[in-house]
Amino acid sequence: MKNLVKKITIVMLIGVVFSLTGLAQAAEKIYVPMLTYTTGPYAPGGIPVDQGFRDYFKYVNASGGVNGVMLDWDTCEYGYNTDRGVECYERIKSKNGQMGVAVFPLSTGVTYALIPRTKADGMVLHSMGYGRTDASDGRVFGHVFTAPMTYWSQASAITRYIGDQIGGLNNLKGKKIALVYHNSAYGKEPIPTLEALSAKYGFKFLKYPVNHPGLEQKSTWLKIGRQTKPDFTIIFGWGVMTQTSIKEAKAIGYPVSKLIGNWWSASENDTRPAGAASVGYKAAGFHTIGKNYQLHKDILAKVYGAGNGSGDKSVVGEVLYNRALVQGVIFTEAIRAAQNKYGNIAINGKQLAWGYEHVNLTSSRLREMGLGGFMKPLKITCANHEGANSLLIHEWDGKNWVNPSKWYSPMYDVTRPMIESSAAAYAKENGITPRSNCN
Amino acid sequence: MIYREAGQFKTTYKSDQALLPIAQDRFFVMALIAFAYIVIPMVANDYWLNSIFLQFFIFSLAALGLNILTGYAGQLSLGTGGFMACGAFSAFKLATSFPDLHIVFVLFLAGLITAVVGMFFGIPSLRIKGFYLAVATLAAQFFLLWLFNRVPWFTNYSSSGVISPPPIKLFGDYYITGTEATNLTQYFFTLTLVIVLALAARNIIRGHIGRSWMAIRDMDIAAEIIGISPLKAKLSAFAVSSFYCGIAGALWAFLYTGGWRGFRYPKIILGAIHDYHWWFGFYPGLICWCGIYCGTADFSQFRSGVIRFGVIRFFGNAY
Amino acid sequence: MFQAFFVDPFIMIYDTPLFFVEVLVSGLMAGVMYSLVALGFVIIFKASGVFNLAQGAMVLFAALTFVGLWEMGVNPWLSLILSALVMIGFAFSIERIVLRPLVNQDPIIFFMATLGITYFLDGFGQTIWGGEVRSLDIGIPNEPFMDLADMTGLYINKFDVFSAVVCSFLVVILAGFFTKTKIGRALRAVADDHQAALSVGIPLKTIWTIVWSVAGIVGLAAGILWGSKLGVQFALSLIAFKALPVLILGGFTSIPGAILGGLIIGSGEKIAEVYWGEAMGGAIEDWFAYVVALIFLLFRPQGLFGEKIIERV
Repeated sequence: MKNLVKKITIVMLIGVVFSLTGLAQAAEKIYVPMLTYTTGPYAPGGIPVDQGFRDYFKYVNASGGVNGVMLDWDTCEYGYNTDRGVECYERIKSKNGQMGVAVFPLSTGVTYALIPRTKADGMVLHSMGYGRTDASDGRVFGHVFTAPMTYWSQASAITRYIGDQIGGLNNLKGKKIALVYHNSAYGKEPIPTLEALSAKYGFKFLKYPVNHPGLEQKSTWLKIGRQTKPDFTIIFGWGVMTQTSIKEAKAIGYPVSKLIGNWWSASENDTRPAGAASVGYKAAGFHTIGKNYQLHKDILAKVYGAGNGSGDKSVVGEVLYNRALVQGVIFTEAIRAAQNKYGNIAINGKQLAWGYEHVNLTSSRLREMGLGGFMKPLKITCANHEGANSLLIHEWDGKNWVNPSKWYSPMYDVTRPMIESSAAAYAKENGITPRSNCN
Repeated sequence: MIYREAGQFKTTYKSDQALLPIAQDRFFVMALIAFAYIVIPMVANDYWLNSIFLQFFIFSLAALGLNILTGYAGQLSLGTGGFMACGAFSAFKLATSFPDLHIVFVLFLAGLITAVVGMFFGIPSLRIKGFYLAVATLAAQFFLLWLFNRVPWFTNYSSSGVISPPPIKLFGDYYITGTEATNLTQYFFTLTLVIVLALAARNIIRGHIGRSWMAIRDMDIAAEIIGISPLKAKLSAFAVSSFYCGIAGALWAFLYTGGWRGFRYPKIILGAIHDYHWWFGFYPGLICWCGIYCGTADFSQFRSGVIRFGVIRFFGNAY
Repeated sequence: MFQAFFVDPFIMIYDTPLFFVEVLVSGLMAGVMYSLVALGFVIIFKASGVFNLAQGAMVLFAALTFVGLWEMGVNPWLSLILSALVMIGFAFSIERIVLRPLVNQDPIIFFMATLGITYFLDGFGQTIWGGEVRSLDIGIPNEPFMDLADMTGLYINKFDVFSAVVCSFLVVILAGFFTKTKIGRALRAVADDHQAALSVGIPLKTIWTIVWSVAGIVGLAAGILWGSKLGVQFALSLIAFKALPVLILGGFTSIPGAILGGLIIGSGEKIAEVYWGEAMGGAIEDWFAYVVALIFLLFRPQGLFGEKIIERV
């Protein structure tokens, strides 16, 4: 039995040695802990985003950093698993005693878990197009940003698009709109908005939850395709769920052109595996698609040209890759805004939060960054951490996303009061006094 | 272990029935406890306190629960994840409905509620056993998670179905949950809780109830013939086990992730807990193994697979 | 409440009988797909008493290997054979590294060991082949028979029919293998008692390698079918959870049981979801399958076709 104890000790020692990695490196850089997932059931979504982030950061460093300050990052793989994500965050949140400035978890579950933790650590939590919608109220959530858009905004903008398809929002009366959603925190987010809109415009709102991971949806689509036959079906899927939805819709004879995916159900990874079934599938996005922008050319030249690419070159310009660029652009713009006030230094998280609240991405600024026309201008304020933005709908033709629609803006008159009341409830529950010095 | 019982003669019933009858065990456990209370808080940084030790204690609790059920009572169960969720949601409802209730009572009551639920899902054990029972308890996992996701009352009508525990004070100005809670407070709290509950488990095991569980495990028909009621023994095992799992779940949601997320995949729990079965009935070993698990949580799946593999390969018949 | 549970669904069934048939048929088809995965479990349990939690991971790994080789430019038939060989090689190493040191241990020890294998395979497969989704097109269209649909309004998917054929083919071969061949009978002896089997001269090592190989190849078949349905990606390994209720319903040791169990679970959960799902808030499929299985178990604790174990004191 002596042997046994020895073996245990060895195994434990290996564990300790493995965890004590990552030693001395110079400071004077802005450090970002990067939570990624390139394994597990949701890896197809995590991989291109991860690649986009890292490419953009490398590109920024290759072009001399942000006002001369370089970016530095560590990655931690968490497999879209909330518990592991929290552990990852704790592990890499600081480097050599320097606290990170911002974290982008790319998971609604992890975002929820990190809201109190990032607050305690004085770090910005930027959940771009996911996460906790009512965190858009900057008076309560000082350090959480949801720019450029939230699920609630998205649901209302998609409703506007649907209204457009049938000749005006007033024609929605008596129509049926279904929501097929991932039965998790993520998928349930748009429900209150759609319920409010259904009351306002008089359409019938039908809910169809799909359990993780969404491998079997036959019965859902039997109900949709045979019984209720909604006029439009909005899909809030992630991972394998979206393509299964498309395939089942096709198999049941429900017109695929009536499906509208949200922006997390809008990537090539959702449509390609569904093959021919997905022709005509529509999906939303708050940015356009493709790599014909100056920024993409620069990334290809400076990062991939130097052999530094973080992944396969062909991924550049894919939907989720581009989404990572939006994230990167807002982040660096916030750093610049903060540096305007605090000087060209390696700013900290608190200063970055101030910077985020003064982001003003005008069209000309976007053009300067090589993304003219890529997305709508964005202005974040102290009270409104979402900013105002718009989305557009693309259609899949079997090979590419084509036929961009015009830009649809959300119905902020509906969502904003909901955000404020929900945030106020959160503030009350957690004993937070909303900031009064922002209007 | 590396030492033998030889030479330690028990001359009284009291010493024969002691918690840890072997002197070396006693010294080892006491040294371990002293180490955990004194040395670790002095040397460990925040990451180790919060992400490694906290997880480690909570998993140890859940593992204790499972160990009672599977190791002592012989009832295979895969429903632990569901019971942990049950504990988390009951604790959340208790803490938000009765804001003045002390956290210890919240946890205790959440454990009791989970015990009732666990007993209910233990009913099939009266009819089936072995792997059939194991798969049947998965029903608890899927049903409970569905229920908490489905019924908004459990989440206080949160639109996304996520619960966030309110900040709770342990005593004075020391917060145990929320942003004000320090890692050290949480560390000492969970450590104490684990020790108290482990002691309790040890006492239950060597008492009347525990011995009836072991009788059922070893040969159910024989146990029934000598007058042990399988109904009582099995359901009490489910109840006690679920009590532990419920507390672990509540701690997990309140102290670690700050809430219970909508979905989770049973394998995580399986992986986290079932590995410990190697150490049926040997608590220090069980807790060591929890430590190994949390250590490997750092690695990519591939590497942790290799490590588990190695452990199975080398310790497979060591328990 | 009463209305929604006990009246409306039946009115719905009565009003649109064709739709009910359609739900039933698609449930049966889905059930066949579950059975395919469940078969792998049954083979290993029947022949070695091991509850192999790694079956889902094996399905994923086999499919990943197949599609990975194909993408590398290997002829599909050749890559099919190569992946089968990989699964056989895998079976050899499992036997050598994991099973052999554990001879005559408790079943639960084996169960834990397969959990280790699951972790290893999940990580190993993704390390080698990456986590991206790969589309797999084996040339079977995933669309309904249009003629039939036009005539009767019934949508029966070609792909589902194809899977059903593959599945029944596998079942016939496997059932023959277990009951008619000498190896098959030896396998069942091993399942009963390792040491007794060893003592009457059954070569445990060979037997274990054979079962795991067969399970690996069945996993390959399941992986290809599920993979062409969903794309080959990590989520494939999660279908194991769909197969578990099928297993307890059919009995861990019965191949026909896996099929019948699949059919019952598949149709049961689809009908429940379509007709009763609404009343209960939807997405009840997952746990409903387990409830169906549990109800059956209350009457037949060894599953529909499981072997009745007579215990003596």
